[in-house]
Amino acid sequence: MSTDTWPLWEVFVRSRRGLSHTHAGSLHAPDAEMALRNARDLYTRRMEGVSLWVVPSTAITASSPDEKDPFFEPAADKPYRHPTFYEIPEGVKHL
Amino acid sequence: MTGTDTTTARPAPALGGAPARAALALGDDALVLAQRLGEWAGGAPVLEEEVALANIALDLLGQARVLLSLTGDEDELAFLREERAFLNLQLVEQPNGDFAHTIARQLYFSTYQHLLYAELAAGDGPLAGLAAKAVKEVAYHRDHAEQWTLRLGDGTDESHHRMGTACDALWRYTGEPFQPVDGLGTDTAAFEPAWLDSVTAVLTRAGLTVPDGPRTGAWAAGAGRQGLHTEHFGRMLAEMQHLHRSHPGATW
Amino acid sequence: MTAGTAGTAMTARAPGTDAADAAAQAAREAVFDAAVAADERIEPRDWMPEAYRATLVRQIAQHAHSEIIGMQPEANWITRAPSLRRKAILMAKVQDEAGHGLYLYSAAETLGVSRDELLDKLHTGRQKYSSIFNYPTLTWADVGAIGWLVDGAAITNQVPLCRCSYGPYARAMVRVCKEESFHQRQGYEALLALSRGTEAQHAMAQDAVNRWWWPSLMMFGPPDDESAHSARSMAWKIKRHSNDELRQRFVDIAAPQAEALGLTLPDPDLKWNEERGHHDFGPIDWTEFRDVLKGNGPCNEQRITQRRRAHEDGTWVREAAAAHARKHTAQPGEAQA
Repeated sequence: MSTDTWPLWEVFVRSRRGLSHTHAGSLHAPDAEMALRNARDLYTRRMEGVSLWVVPSTAITASSPDEKDPFFEPAADKPYRHPTFYEIPEGVKHL
Repeated sequence: MTGTDTTTARPAPALGGAPARAALALGDDALVLAQRLGEWAGGAPVLEEEVALANIALDLLGQARVLLSLTGDEDELAFLREERAFLNLQLVEQPNGDFAHTIARQLYFSTYQHLLYAELAAGDGPLAGLAAKAVKEVAYHRDHAEQWTLRLGDGTDESHHRMGTACDALWRYTGEPFQPVDGLGTDTAAFEPAWLDSVTAVLTRAGLTVPDGPRTGAWAAGAGRQGLHTEHFGRMLAEMQHLHRSHPGATW
Repeated sequence: MTAGTAGTAMTARAPGTDAADAAAQAAREAVFDAAVAADERIEPRDWMPEAYRATLVRQIAQHAHSEIIGMQPEANWITRAPSLRRKAILMAKVQDEAGHGLYLYSAAETLGVSRDELLDKLHTGRQKYSSIFNYPTLTWADVGAIGWLVDGAAITNQVPLCRCSYGPYARAMVRVCKEESFHQRQGYEALLALSRGTEAQHAMAQDAVNRWWWPSLMMFGPPDDESAHSARSMAWKIKRHSNDELRQRFVDIAAPQAEALGLTLPDPDLKWNEERGHHDFGPIDWTEFRDVLKGNGPCNEQRITQRRRAHEDGTWVREAAAAHARKHTAQPGEAQA
């Protein structure tokens, strides 16, 4: 990394109160304070957000696509986790 | 608010006399600095900063348009006045120089503007409404300038040297903002100590020496608020005004 | 450093030495092909053919470079904008272009190339940007013509890219297209004001349209039968429509818009063809296109020199901030070292 290179940060924006922060994109900044400010300037200049997170890209550990099956397939055979699995007599309300 | 251009419908000039002149002075500060920052477009040190400088310029241009419109037609005032009729501080007309000069100018001016607008917003004068909105924008400009002053002052040997040079060079224009402005309804001299404390704290934290030169130039008889400017200003105005003036009476 | 563990693309692994590797490779290709065929998005860490990755890097980089080089011809008029309203609009537009460059460099970085690398390739002429920006903005009307015609052509090109098969590129384009909707309208409005203005203003507008029309048509790239990369990009769903299709779509949209402006387009052969349901238009001077592409346009040298100078002048600033961060914070990049 050359002496004038800034690390990459991932930016998460909360678009309005009550919603989660959502990944908006990334940017370069020398440090966390500047990353926040750059994120404010870049990703909320049209009033897109009320709160920001910045995370160094290197701090994110991601699941690997190669492990997709062991990670995500097992959930597919547990339909009893979903409310639609259960039969309720016609007319019963508030369930 | 988004999508509608709230800037085209303007009230008839609301101010006259000394208050109008004061609004014009603040409007000229904002307009001239926006014009200078606009010169950076496409030339900033890094793309992220390109966006940041444009945000600040757009805030200032917005302030300028409201302030000028309080006293007349914004375009007539911006494009058809002669140099001596502009009332901006000499500080804001100084050339961009390197990035350190731009940041030093931002630090000195934004700190002043923030203190002034906070004061105006707290009052009940004709500029209180505008100041209440602008003070939030200016707080961000001040923070931006402080953050960069810290990084340049306490970065590399080269940046430390450049930032020191810039702070020294512009120091002589930092007395003028605190001279009294008729019609402003606030005592600008009263917050000079707060300005000095704040700038001193930032420069000290950045490892920079607080300049010790005079805070007004030796030739300070008139200065910007009285319509006396530095040589750089005429050239800047010529560029800003020439197209508008080449087509008298045209609408754009 | 391993920048962006979450975002960096996996490229094809080193070729295996045995049959098992070959089978695994074939399986990965099958998964990729099936995803593209099913109109699913390819995401950074999915396996992808090396040529797909290279095509995307080339295209996204060129797109990003075009955004930031494209700032220059318009920034040329910020300080001279003839009204404060127009000055604010133009500043906001040029700022958007910097932002769009940023979104696109970010998308490219998910493919494992750094922005530094891409900028270096731009600065040394190893990657291109859209040739349109090698034409000069000689009058204020050029700002309007760029908004109407150049951005109009760009939008025609870009809207289909929102459905591009590569996720990060498609998402960046959604953001770009959303923000760009005002760019074309402001240009059209500026031209309209000139066209309906004084005689001198009208002439200025007509002159600008005369100069920008043909280069705008060239923005869609060479005709389909000469386009080097088109067919494969279409198969990969990086590209959704051919150059000639998009060009025709643009001409059909622009012709009535010109009429409403009260301006003419500089093509005596331009006319509505009832049978085809499209406008016919005259032949494009591809010699000029290739010449500008080769570096002989009026501003090629100037644009790159200015870009390089901004980058070089900024080096000490970027170094200072990086040095400050090393002194005062634990560097994220080094946290895992």
